[in-house]
Amino acid sequence: MLDFLKGPILNVQNFFLLSGRAIVNIFRSPHYADDIALQMDIIGVGSLPLILLTGLFTGGVITLQMSRALNQYGASGQVGNIVAITLVRELGPVLTALLVAGRNASGMASELGSMKVTEQIDAMRALGTDPAKKLVTPRLIATATMLPVLTVISDFMGLVGGYIVGCVMLSLTTPTQFWSSAYQALDYSDIAQGLIKPLTFAFVIALVGCHYGMETTGGTQGVGRATTRAVVVSSVWVIVLTFFIGNFFVNLN
Amino acid sequence: MTVEFDDTVALENVNLEVRQGETCVIQGAAGSGKTVLLKTALGLIRPDAGRVELFGLDAGKLRRRELEELRARMGILFQEGGLFDSMTIEENVAYPLLNQKSVKCAPEEVLPRVKEALEFVELGHTLEKVPSELSGGMRRRVGIARAIVTQPELLLYDSPTAGLDPITANTIMALIAKEREIRQTTTLLATHRYQDGYLLANYRYNGATGQLEAVSNGTGLRTRFLILDRGRLVFEGSQRELEESRDEYVSKFTKALKQ
Repeated sequence: MLDFLKGPILNVQNFFLLSGRAIVNIFRSPHYADDIALQMDIIGVGSLPLILLTGLFTGGVITLQMSRALNQYGASGQVGNIVAITLVRELGPVLTALLVAGRNASGMASELGSMKVTEQIDAMRALGTDPAKKLVTPRLIATATMLPVLTVISDFMGLVGGYIVGCVMLSLTTPTQFWSSAYQALDYSDIAQGLIKPLTFAFVIALVGCHYGMETTGGTQGVGRATTRAVVVSSVWVIVLTFFIGNFFVNLN
Repeated sequence: MTVEFDDTVALENVNLEVRQGETCVIQGAAGSGKTVLLKTALGLIRPDAGRVELFGLDAGKLRRRELEELRARMGILFQEGGLFDSMTIEENVAYPLLNQKSVKCAPEEVLPRVKEALEFVELGHTLEKVPSELSGGMRRRVGIARAIVTQPELLLYDSPTAGLDPITANTIMALIAKEREIRQTTTLLATHRYQDGYLLANYRYNGATGQLEAVSNGTGLRTRFLILDRGRLVFEGSQRELEESRDEYVSKFTKALKQ
């Protein structure tokens, strides 16, 4: 029984140890500015086309699905309201986080995993560098900076998608009414929720991705396993955490 | 010291002392614990029992910064070179000069020292290349350049000839012998090939001719042989003692050369 629990407990312990060191290192020099900039480029700029496309079509599909129901109740003018709330509170942060988890948590796990199995991590330690500081902290800072930005862009593109479907394709409402109802629907708690979520998800994605990469064993097969686990675990935690954060804000209101 | 991974014992009560200027050749079959021994000696792995003393200091009681300072006095060549894929050869070799705090190297001195280390391994023309553009043997030689660029007192080589053709393997071993001769470095070599240890015990680099030359019986080269078997040290002694050993496992290592 104890042997069965030893592995998972050790895994959780190592995750929190790595997370603690990575977070503390944010406030300690040296700061690897070049690595942070490179990761921001990979995570932020690299994910942008994906985010723009999915954001646009998500907004479009919400409008499309809601149009019939809204018409039934004669409330088609409220389409901007619904798209804004759905996107900013929930779908924008979650979909963006899931896409970044799929793209970047896997990238982090495979890159760090490859470095681990080819002894580059050991070489780094032997040559005077803390791998957590050089590899994990820059990825954490870059994800925590870029994910909220990507979420805001995704939200905006979703509204554009909603506008195209609602106003141009289906003529549910006027452009002015669409944008004003979308703007008025949102209050500060929605904005806070829409920004706290991606920040929390960023920590999960970066730390889970790096943790599985750093714990890789067993050659190239191990790298594959680490990559899959990183995506699965970070995606599951994104879904679980969005419920708890959402629940917190609902109770707050 | 004893090192365990999960329930597997990687090293069991291994006791080893390396004196200044000495060459220690650690031999053993795959999975016998050679790499673990080197990594434990470098302080990368903490022993589960026992202790590691580096330059007279107990590594287990040192703070991270103190341990890093000690590591700066040591160089290591990892099994596959351990070069950073994302960096050029120049950046790889410059890495210890720029990142080891106790290594004092002015910015303008970095490039000349990198070039000097790469010229030593006869790869001065590869500065701008990345590791993936080099052959396996060349990557090992760059690994040697990176290990010696800080001019460490102790050098650890982890299977430097594994998987290489005989010509490249001899080139690598000649470089190791040359380095040992020029800088009088204490050397710890892990290998599965007896030829590698034999070369270090019987040949020295002649600076005048630029060639390796045989010495009488290797007595002047202070070379000691150790054999590991499934994490246990089963033999420790000179070349003659090794060659005279009747132990079935130990004698396997010298058999190929005798034939």
